[in-house]
Amino acid sequence: MEILVCIKRVPDTSENEITVNKEGTDIEREDLVYSVNEWDNYAVEEAIRIRDKVGGTVTVVSLGSEETEEVIRREMAMGADKGIHLMDPALEGSDGRGIAVALKAEVKKGGYDLVLTGAQADDGAGQVGGMLAAMLQRPFAALVNHIEVTGADTLRIGREIAGGNQEFSEIRLPCVLSIQTGINEPRYVGIRGIRKVASVEIPIHGISDIAVPAETVGKTGARVKRIDYFTPQLGKGAEILEGSDEEIIDKLIEILKSKGRIK
Amino acid sequence: MIVEFISPAKASFLGIPAIILWWIIPLAGIGIFSYILYRRTRPLCLASFDPRINRLAMRIGATVRYALAQYRQPRYPLAGILHIFLFVGFVILSLRSITLVFLGIIEGFTLPGLGGALGNVYMVVKDIAATIVLITCLIAMIRRGVFKPKRYDVPARYGKNHTTEAVFVLLLISGLMVSDALFEGSLVAYQFQSHLETEMVLPMTLKGMAAAVLAPNAASTLQAVHMAAYLSHELIFFFFLCFLPLGKHFHVITSFFNVFFMKLDKGTVKPVKWDVSEEQLDGLESFGVKKLEDFTWKHMLDFYSCADCGRCSDNCPANAVGRPLSPRFISIKCRDALFERYPLWSGAENEKTLMDGVLEDDEIWSCTTCGACEEECPLLIEYIDKIVDLRRGLVDEGRVPQSLQKPFSALEKRGNPYGKMEKKRSEWAKDLGYVKVLGKKASAQTLYFVDSITSFDDRIQEIARATARVLQGAGVDFGILGSAEMDSGHEVRRFGEEMLFLELRNRNTEAILESGVKKIVTADPHAFNALRHDYKGIPEVEHICQVLERKLVSGRLRLKKIEDPHVVYTYHDPCYLGRHNGIYEAPRRVLDAIPGIRRVEMERSKDRSFCCGGGGLMLFYEPIEETRMGKLRVEMAKKAGATVIITACPFCMVNIEDAIKTSGLEGKMKAMDLVELVLQQMDWGALPNSKPTAETHSEAKNGH
Repeated sequence: MEILVCIKRVPDTSENEITVNKEGTDIEREDLVYSVNEWDNYAVEEAIRIRDKVGGTVTVVSLGSEETEEVIRREMAMGADKGIHLMDPALEGSDGRGIAVALKAEVKKGGYDLVLTGAQADDGAGQVGGMLAAMLQRPFAALVNHIEVTGADTLRIGREIAGGNQEFSEIRLPCVLSIQTGINEPRYVGIRGIRKVASVEIPIHGISDIAVPAETVGKTGARVKRIDYFTPQLGKGAEILEGSDEEIIDKLIEILKSKGRIK
Repeated sequence: MIVEFISPAKASFLGIPAIILWWIIPLAGIGIFSYILYRRTRPLCLASFDPRINRLAMRIGATVRYALAQYRQPRYPLAGILHIFLFVGFVILSLRSITLVFLGIIEGFTLPGLGGALGNVYMVVKDIAATIVLITCLIAMIRRGVFKPKRYDVPARYGKNHTTEAVFVLLLISGLMVSDALFEGSLVAYQFQSHLETEMVLPMTLKGMAAAVLAPNAASTLQAVHMAAYLSHELIFFFFLCFLPLGKHFHVITSFFNVFFMKLDKGTVKPVKWDVSEEQLDGLESFGVKKLEDFTWKHMLDFYSCADCGRCSDNCPANAVGRPLSPRFISIKCRDALFERYPLWSGAENEKTLMDGVLEDDEIWSCTTCGACEEECPLLIEYIDKIVDLRRGLVDEGRVPQSLQKPFSALEKRGNPYGKMEKKRSEWAKDLGYVKVLGKKASAQTLYFVDSITSFDDRIQEIARATARVLQGAGVDFGILGSAEMDSGHEVRRFGEEMLFLELRNRNTEAILESGVKKIVTADPHAFNALRHDYKGIPEVEHICQVLERKLVSGRLRLKKIEDPHVVYTYHDPCYLGRHNGIYEAPRRVLDAIPGIRRVEMERSKDRSFCCGGGGLMLFYEPIEETRMGKLRVEMAKKAGATVIITACPFCMVNIEDAIKTSGLEGKMKAMDLVELVLQQMDWGALPNSKPTAETHSEAKNGH
């Protein structure tokens, strides 16, 4: 099975203190450290597991600046066979739709059976997977937490639905799935693993390589414009409990009881 | 009429000279034994390189101490003394057994030097020894079979009970003693009957008793007993010899070598491969131990040498809290896997890897590397290096628990497991005002290496501040590295992420050398151990307790009287200060320098200290366990009558403070770091020049 996993390099929320810059146009990026978006990491692990079971290749693709290469390499160290780096000045400032346009072209070019994306990105809107599927006119399932290959062109997929219940569906290949965390336990990639793939060539595709007109992507093609970033004010309903752990727990239980949430 | 008493060498059965048999049995026995040993050494030849033929004086010293003098045996008094009796008896009687074998071939054989008076003395000594050995065997059998000490139990997941093997061997040894006694006793009885001269026989020895029991029998009966006893001795002796390498009694042969080749450097971790330099590591196809042959030959010898005594697991804190780790069974399972993979009569079998069939991931991650097992093992078997090697293998395969992946990633990106910003590393010092951040603008004699937990954890920052204030008060010219300091990497290395460790170490080494300090001090035993053993070419490192002790002796520090006479202190030895670095007395002397202090020792203290739960990355790991090590430790302190547990390690503080809370002892018991107590008791008035040196906290001020 030919699998493409779309990944994104994002500021790691657990290793950064995210603050909004003075102008309110972006977050402070000076001291940030980046990593692969957590959901995407699960998607790559799942793709590798499927490949190990049924054969085929796993390709990871990412759209972004030069630094993006580091996350592509990391996922290749994990076990992906190939990497593709989508980079072109014309792609800068793309909105979710622009990214989906570029990815669609890449999927068409490579002829993949299965396309995986993360359910969302730490800094995104959770829109690329769905749009990509629509543009490709392929079946799509979101928030997938279980995949089983059941036939030559069928998958049995599971999704968690309200109340912790599980829903299973059959989906036909080729398709697009957005992957939820917890679908597996991603393997660890250390410095050693990354060094092993340090010299592997990662082709850079510009818009001419994938035949995407410049006006459909980048700033010009973007239909969503970011106008402001701000830290929300502390609302009225918010209450910060104080005291020792035991006191806080007691107060919390009391509040939950009084609001009727627990009996 | 005097019937001639025929010796084995002269005897014949059905007209065939018995000497043929006395040749065949030893030759067959030695032949089979040599073949088994040859097969057993095969995997050792295929194993990884391990340079152990060095520092011979130290090795000989250790062999005398641990192998010949059985130094560690009496740590378990009853079992230890029984073993010493058996061991000494074995040494004495091995000469006798060899003599007996030759007696079948050469009439009246004696070993060189044991022919004359010395021989007579030897005979008496060995008669006594044989008697003691038999009594010891009886006691040991009763102990194993009736009283069944708990530490010999085999939990169901580790296989079947081993008592049968132990008792069987005790029976074999007893058989040797009894057969020799009957062999000689029958002769003595005959000589006595025939009014011949007999050698000296002590009445209360086995031989004496055998002679007395046999005395009323006819000469022909005595002759038959004599020959049967000889045959039994031959058969048991050579059967036993060949049986040794088949199980835990292999240690009878291997332990001498195992001790001689022991690990000499405590606190260190073996390199990934002894014959591959750090620069060449990138070229390695595979890292760590994944299959049996990845172990070094010495580590295989460890498996062969394990005597299954269970002392390691009896002291293992992970085992005590019900984690799926028992060091004893690491050895036993790997030994059995070696036996299975390298069978005696056919080629190598069973290709299964270690981690899929022999050992389990959780077993390997459960170890806190506290070193209690290694401290206890009478045969100096190593565990930490094996655990680290196995972890290296797991890391290389990407089989790292999810709970550890985040801190690893944070260490890679931020140099600390919490993912905190580098510039916040020195925030704890802001309010003190006088802690220098070493760099272009500031220099100092001494570097205070803080390490991650002490820099970032709210509670542990208090230890950092106490350390700084005490150093300041004691007139030490010191500074910190600030944002240039990275995690020492102590646990990173011990959790198997060698490449990440090397990166952290290299960055720290560079920063330390650049700072131009002459000395390093730290309040974290893990950092202390890393800097002392894992780093090379940096200034000398001390733990704060050593500095405190010196300053107290020199009078540079004075302590005032403890006010509350009801407070009882106990000192908890951190593993990486005590067992791994042998620093037991300095912290105790610091405590005892406080006037009016009431201090008690816990039952498990010093080299038997009980790990609080482990440090560094172990705080992130989510083990399978029934209770927590810290809770058991707090119970021990309570039992000792202590109300304050003094530690000298930030991780001990976290674990013990947690345990005090979860044990519901808040208010009744308290944990304090040694430095915090010293700060509390400091007599500032008595200090010469106690004015703070007016240095600024440059980094914090400049906002980096």
